[in-house]
Amino acid sequence: MSETVQPILEVENLKQHFKVSRRFTVKAVDGVSFKIYPGQTYGLVGESGSGKSTTGRSIIRLYKPTSGKIIFNGQDISGKMSEKDIKLLRTKMQMIFQDPMACLNPRMKVIDIIGEGLDIHHLYETQEERTQTVYQMLNLVGLSKEHAMRYPHQFSGGQRQRIGIARALIMDPDLIIADEAISALDVSIQAQVVNLMKNIQRDYGSAILFIAHDLSMVKYISDHIGVLHLGHMVESGTTDEIFSNPIHPYTKSLLSAIPEPNPVLEKKRTSLSYDYATSGLDYEAGTEHYVSDTHYVLATDDEFANMMAQQDIIR
Amino acid sequence: MDELKDIEFLPDDFEFIGNNQDIMKDEVMPDIPFWLDVWRRFKKNKGAVIGAVVIIFIIIMAIFMPMLSSYKFDAIDSSQANQGLSATHWFGTDNFGRDLWVRTWTGTRVSLVVAFAAIAIDVVVGVTYGMISGYFGGMVDQVMQRIQEILNSIPTLVVLTLLMTVLEASLTTIIFALMFTEWIGMSRITRAQVLQIKEEEFVLASRTLGASSFFIIFKEILPNIYSQLIVMSMMSIPNAIFYEAYLSFVGLGLTVPNASLGVLINDGFTYFLSYPHMVAIPVIVLGALMLSFNLFGDGLRDALDPTMKEM
Repeated sequence: MSETVQPILEVENLKQHFKVSRRFTVKAVDGVSFKIYPGQTYGLVGESGSGKSTTGRSIIRLYKPTSGKIIFNGQDISGKMSEKDIKLLRTKMQMIFQDPMACLNPRMKVIDIIGEGLDIHHLYETQEERTQTVYQMLNLVGLSKEHAMRYPHQFSGGQRQRIGIARALIMDPDLIIADEAISALDVSIQAQVVNLMKNIQRDYGSAILFIAHDLSMVKYISDHIGVLHLGHMVESGTTDEIFSNPIHPYTKSLLSAIPEPNPVLEKKRTSLSYDYATSGLDYEAGTEHYVSDTHYVLATDDEFANMMAQQDIIR
Repeated sequence: MDELKDIEFLPDDFEFIGNNQDIMKDEVMPDIPFWLDVWRRFKKNKGAVIGAVVIIFIIIMAIFMPMLSSYKFDAIDSSQANQGLSATHWFGTDNFGRDLWVRTWTGTRVSLVVAFAAIAIDVVVGVTYGMISGYFGGMVDQVMQRIQEILNSIPTLVVLTLLMTVLEASLTTIIFALMFTEWIGMSRITRAQVLQIKEEEFVLASRTLGASSFFIIFKEILPNIYSQLIVMSMMSIPNAIFYEAYLSFVGLGLTVPNASLGVLINDGFTYFLSYPHMVAIPVIVLGALMLSFNLFGDGLRDALDPTMKEM
């Protein structure tokens, strides 16, 4: 990745805290930084409750970030936005949701669901133009125009997710946030939808922030991976760097949990367990440590020396 | 399992199917306008159609029968008092000799006005209030809920006594009194529904597309809750009609020669043992009205729900 290319999205030290009561605050995301370059796919992985979805929702401003900077297309969108910035954010950044059953309004026809963005931003002159644009989108995501007059409940899960993708794509976004977009689908359909997203990325050059907990899928689709745990980015790097040389014990435990397709190897596979409370690590005190190229790990100096020493033993 | 041990897995054992699968095999769905679709589904529901027909029939009777009859609803003829059903007085007469056929339909007229006023108040005040309170939440919700609780905690009789000092007893007063309390139940239901729907992912999706609150409320939330609202407002009709009877009884409602179904039932009840028809007829009309409104409401709810199409 050359240094001259401007990242499409730059997240700096993003914090998203939710105040539950006067004494207790949930720190869902606590200082996460990463960059996404145009046309790239950034995979965000981590266990349930690690703050993946919250990060995605803060970036698209469904929540107001507690602190930190989100720079999208060179515009800071973390604070109060101007009318122009809002329009930029709401058209050029789009989201694909987790649950294909819940993300489509059951009382709206597909044509109206997909055309919603056009309606809101008044992006068409005639009704005919709107219809044609929607048909094009349906075609693009592998549905046909005959589907336009149906209601969401008349589709299967995979088809609904395609409708959700079409709704996002119609705005011609520069960045798509896929919030566990395939988790609710069965495995054969997952492949269809992921391939669809790859094709779209190839043809349109949109960047994708791919939020998932299925590591094998993330490995397949992502260029870069960020590992989130308890609201902290514990390790980040290219897919290759993370998978061939995991440094952080949490990343190691995640990778060791991937099932092997080969039954012989699968029987020998041991999954490492990792528990933050007993690991002796301190995320709060940790800083980003350089490993190689774009590979960084969150640790204090001592912890980092330890992790690297262990890495050497294995080698 | 033994033969598995010798299997060597090669990189080309599996290949990506990609998107070579054909998922486009689907029949064509004609483009039907929403309201035509609703009408088709409504027609299929026998009970709802009967309900609609009965409502229309009663409305027509209430409008035209008092005009067409030779009797006046307040014409007292003491020589004709307490008559049974006959060719001259189809529904008999009351103890002042007033023709009950005319009085029943005049009374239905009043009751229908009250019923429709109740629906209007429910929808306009209750739904709006509940929507704003539920959708905006936070401080707005807190304040609106407290106001509503205060209004709800004032006993109806106190409100009525206060109203009596300001207003004359008339139909307007009844509608005014309805406005004070009728909408509260409706606004509660609406608020609960809105609270539930606004957290759904499709509302979030709409927000990420930059939809305004106005758009979200009317295009995303309202279509998903109006089935409950229709049923609720249909259920508030009997309440409103009896409330009117109660108000008339207290002296806030209709003044003496005027009639409503509630008043007729109240009066007829006094002579129930000697002249059962005096109470039976208005009760039958009221019952038919109530049942029809419920059937009609149910049918309308189902017809408006596109997911019911397959049933």
